[in-house]
Amino acid sequence: MKLAKKDLLGIQDLSVEEINLILDTAESFIEVSTREIKKVPTLRGKTIINLFLEASTRTRTSFEIAGKRLSADTINISSSTSSIVKGETLIDTAKNLEAMNPDVVVIRHSAAGAPHILAKAVKQAVINAGDGSHEHPTQALLDLMTIRSKKGKIDGLKVAICGDIAHSRVARSNIYALTKMGASVAVAGPATMMPRYIERMGVQAYSKLEEAIIDADIVMMLRIQLERQNEHIFPSLREYATYFGLNRKNISLAKKDVLVMHPGPVNRGVELAPDIADAPFSVILDQVTNGVAVRMALLYLLTGGN
Amino acid sequence: MENKKVVMDADGIDRSLTRIAYEIIEKNKGVTELVLVGIRTGGVFLAERLQKKILKIEGVEIPMGILDITLYRDDLQKNPKKPLLGKTDIPFSLDNKKVILVDDVLFTGRTIRAAMDALIDFGRPKMIQLSVLIDRGHRELPIRADFVGKNLPSSLWEAVAVHLTEKTGTDEVVIEGTV
Repeated sequence: MKLAKKDLLGIQDLSVEEINLILDTAESFIEVSTREIKKVPTLRGKTIINLFLEASTRTRTSFEIAGKRLSADTINISSSTSSIVKGETLIDTAKNLEAMNPDVVVIRHSAAGAPHILAKAVKQAVINAGDGSHEHPTQALLDLMTIRSKKGKIDGLKVAICGDIAHSRVARSNIYALTKMGASVAVAGPATMMPRYIERMGVQAYSKLEEAIIDADIVMMLRIQLERQNEHIFPSLREYATYFGLNRKNISLAKKDVLVMHPGPVNRGVELAPDIADAPFSVILDQVTNGVAVRMALLYLLTGGN
Repeated sequence: MENKKVVMDADGIDRSLTRIAYEIIEKNKGVTELVLVGIRTGGVFLAERLQKKILKIEGVEIPMGILDITLYRDDLQKNPKKPLLGKTDIPFSLDNKKVILVDDVLFTGRTIRAAMDALIDFGRPKMIQLSVLIDRGHRELPIRADFVGKNLPSSLWEAVAVHLTEKTGTDEVVIEGTV
């Protein structure tokens, strides 16, 4: 079996069968990371370029580890050390990288659609590691994997996604992913952080956190983007924490066996009370572990075989 | 054209496995340090059966693991279809163990090469021995089996299939005509 695609650009254009194939493959990859020798020879001689033109620790490290555990050579490029600062266009950078014959290009970019432009410009497989406020497909896949392994299913679950929905690529990819897999999704956030017509994505929208998390199986909290504070979309961190922070009191509205998720990095005491972030029902670190397996699965499925 | 010949029935398979179980114990002078590793998928069911037979004979349940060799295949770059990856589960150390590698059919030897590379990544076994139900010849690598259920000289244009109850509902080995 193979993904019938050259690239992974978003969840929107994946079928349920393709998502299941990625998740099943990822589950088999979990074991490799538990070995004493955490390496298999599968992608020996393949080159993966991580083109990260926006800040990232988790995702970049995760892609790098995934590539290395498959024996590929991974090269990291970040915006500060790349020719982008000298004024080179994205396409020119891509064409130059292509001339060095890599096999996969992983790209993170602040502009929505940048990976799509890149995918058209180069013959290599392109993986979107986050493009602006558009999509972050590998995050949604690792979230699905975490939910499936903890709950045994995704279909029929109630998932609440709370925070800055409008600016969140994690929210968008997860809404596509969860609704495709049969979960019902509720979103909540301050009016300034809610896109208009969000219901058209097949979700229930609420203006209060408490309303969205009633009877939820999963509560997914989004990072409040502190860098957006000067855009005046929220008055103060304290006010945000009071009305949209998840804490011991409001979490009791969710199901008893609720799981709390967060894509990281967590702003402790803002969107998540510290004791909630560290609670046994918080699966934030499982998400990170599964992230490596999901990225190994994608690198495996998108490379080789001509 | 349906051209199918049964070369081993349920009783035949069971007798072969009984003999192999005795041979494993005899060759290794008991079951100390022995572990079984079945290669997905056919080898797993055969390893489980050998584990039960050895338990019956010696009264000891020797550890059994499952190995998926997909990530070690030498044809991944050539094959446009990615084989579906199965789970590997070897929940014990292989250091200083005598590993009995179990597969259903021994053919080119390439699967066994991949399996041995994988095993070495899990530790340093004292010894690796190979047990197969069918040896159909046509080796492409210098590999031989230590325990063989049946030698089955076959043509390259024939397919040898081992059907096991656990997977297909019947126990039989068949040769299927031109592939």
